[in-house]
Amino acid sequence: MSYIPSEALAEAAIKELDVIRKRSTPLTPRERISIPVQEMPTQDPAVRRRNVQEVAHGYTPEQAQLESLRCLQCKNAPCVQGCPVRIDIPGFLKAAANGEFETACDIIKQSSLLPAVCGRVCPQEVQCQEHCTVGKALKSVDKAVSIGRVERFVADLERESGRTKPPVIKPETGRKVAVIGTGPASITVAADVRREGHKVEMFEAFHKPGGVLVYGIPEFRLPKRIVQAEFDALTRMGVELNTNFVIGRTRKLKALLDEDGFDAVFIGTGAGLPKFMNMEGENLVGVFSANEYLTRANLMKAYDFERADTPIYRTGKVAVLGGGNVAMDAARTAVRLGAEEVHIIYRRTEVEMPARIEEIAHAKEEGVIFHLLENAKRLIGDENGCLTSMECLRYELGEPDASGRRRPVEIKGSEFIRAIGTVIVAIGNDSNPLIPRTTEGLQTTKWGNIIVDDNGKTSLDRVYAGGDIVLGAATVILAMGEGRRAAASINNLLRK
Amino acid sequence: MNRILVKKQLSDDVYLMRLAAPHIARERQPGQFVILQLDNEFGERIPLTIADADPVEGSITIIFQAVGKTTHNLADKQQGDSVQSVLGPLGQPTHIEKFGTVVCVGGGIGVAPLHPIVKGMKAAGNKLIIIVGARSRNLIILEDEMRALADEFIVCTDDGSYGRKALVTEPLKEVCERVPKPDLAVAIGPPIMMKFCAETTRPYGVHTEVSLNTIMIDGTGMCGGCRVSVGGQMKFACVDGPEFDGHKVDFNNLMQRLKAYRKVEDHAHHKCHLEAEVRKKEQILS
Repeated sequence: MSYIPSEALAEAAIKELDVIRKRSTPLTPRERISIPVQEMPTQDPAVRRRNVQEVAHGYTPEQAQLESLRCLQCKNAPCVQGCPVRIDIPGFLKAAANGEFETACDIIKQSSLLPAVCGRVCPQEVQCQEHCTVGKALKSVDKAVSIGRVERFVADLERESGRTKPPVIKPETGRKVAVIGTGPASITVAADVRREGHKVEMFEAFHKPGGVLVYGIPEFRLPKRIVQAEFDALTRMGVELNTNFVIGRTRKLKALLDEDGFDAVFIGTGAGLPKFMNMEGENLVGVFSANEYLTRANLMKAYDFERADTPIYRTGKVAVLGGGNVAMDAARTAVRLGAEEVHIIYRRTEVEMPARIEEIAHAKEEGVIFHLLENAKRLIGDENGCLTSMECLRYELGEPDASGRRRPVEIKGSEFIRAIGTVIVAIGNDSNPLIPRTTEGLQTTKWGNIIVDDNGKTSLDRVYAGGDIVLGAATVILAMGEGRRAAASINNLLRK
Repeated sequence: MNRILVKKQLSDDVYLMRLAAPHIARERQPGQFVILQLDNEFGERIPLTIADADPVEGSITIIFQAVGKTTHNLADKQQGDSVQSVLGPLGQPTHIEKFGTVVCVGGGIGVAPLHPIVKGMKAAGNKLIIIVGARSRNLIILEDEMRALADEFIVCTDDGSYGRKALVTEPLKEVCERVPKPDLAVAIGPPIMMKFCAETTRPYGVHTEVSLNTIMIDGTGMCGGCRVSVGGQMKFACVDGPEFDGHKVDFNNLMQRLKAYRKVEDHAHHKCHLEAEVRKKEQILS
């Protein structure tokens, strides 16, 4: 993908739309399909490598309208089947195609609470866009209608216009719900429960709310002000926020129910326990979990060398182990912190990478070097215990495994040494044990995920859970879907 | 926001503060710690042991040495000022029961985290031999408090300016040689001290608990920055610790990991000293 400046994309869209506006007949499906895919305007890769500002600028109104015109308004709406929260996608695209962006946003908000966030971070190519008829007709998911980009555009427009409509809140019921964690699942529960007139208090262990949206996902992909706007909205709705408050330690979960007068509790604490590879040398200085590296860089602002007190480890050569979004985030953060070479090391091929296609493309544009079918075997340090190199091993693809992806098989005797100063392990998270360990009777799977029934209810009465603590590491939109379900159950419970 | 209710200087660069933190005061147990942050925008998060707590007043006591930027800035704060963020109580509480004879070793500022453990051990009916050590006399803290809890109290200094001129391992060895030997040892202080305490007790088979103060960010298991090798297994000091079996801890790796940011910190430390000097000059001039 070669870089096209934002201005050029904007101009092309104006011309294209102008031609369509002058027509007297409606567009035929064939004509809709032939409208060029509207590329996302971005910062020049050479420039953005040196800053933490958002990479994607977002569509212009003309681009949003054009992209929406590409939608064929399929009767069976396969895209909706691909959306975990079943947004009326043809509905909002139809409104956007007519330039009715506010209506479009309202339609999305009937199903999704966080369109500005999801438009940015959802893996659309394996959700709604995977099933898009346009993409199928053009034989490439890359050419499907860019549903996420339009979603982002209408959500940004609403927020920036300041016309965000405050949700209607039913009369106070006198009931009270505790929401543990402040990530996407918890935000959803807080909003949905508060709307029914119940009092909501959120509890966050960090000094700022947002969970993975603020400590994990970097500013250049999801600006903090967008997450903050969601909390401003919650605060205006009357949701109370307690930061620096870790349930299980500062207060036991059961005390919330038995002593503090909460009628129900939602646990949305996420998958915060980084996995390591169990290889030699993992405790060397210079080896980090992606969580640590990203938290230092994002939440603690270590990229601001002058002002931030939190240091970050900086070396010339950085390797990131893994192929998901977190791996891309870590690699691109390392680029911005001034590393000379940043390597992604992944034991399968690019097709199997779980990261969003756009993030992989952006990482490449920014100069991240990809090493596929390769994995770290051992980390090697100097006499001071500092990482100096890593032993790697080459792989080939074998038979498909349980996940349907072809299993990587190591090639015997293919070991080689790569000089490296920093290694970031980005192979996922296990569920955080803090609440299960401190809450008697709360049942978990052998992997530590909280077990819930079809209503999002745990083994304990009046205690619900959702998001990564239930699913294992998943996506923002799935967490939101889980939150919706749990909130509905809580509202049901409190109606009685 | 947590208000500073009381501030006391215990020695040259060691301070005691009582902070308003009613939730933490109510829940905390010996061995636990807090993470403190002075500025929510650009400040760093540092772990500090809870030296004491008063659930009635709703306060916790912290004791810290002004060594880095955050602890220097904290030391500059006065009674009535506030700390922006205090999170806790974190970590597993100390396992306290009636063991019999417990030898407790505190080195330097390590006496602060040791104090609540000693109090708990005393209350559980243990006989306590307390060894307190520091480089020199002016660095000995909480002497009266510790002496009051001890059945036997030994002070030593490296330079001989107070008590015995010895490292804490010397009296520790003597205690281990007694018949019967102590049932448990607890050693808290600089990593190098804990390492040698563990080496001292090892031949005698005296189980030795140490409390590790590692680099950490969230303190809830999320970052893994605090990982230590214990018996060849990876443990997180924040959720699995901070106390571990001293005979199993890889102290060399721990000490190396503590130096990870030394270069950056030296720079920041230097800068903050310079700034302090400039402030002084400005005060003189104004």
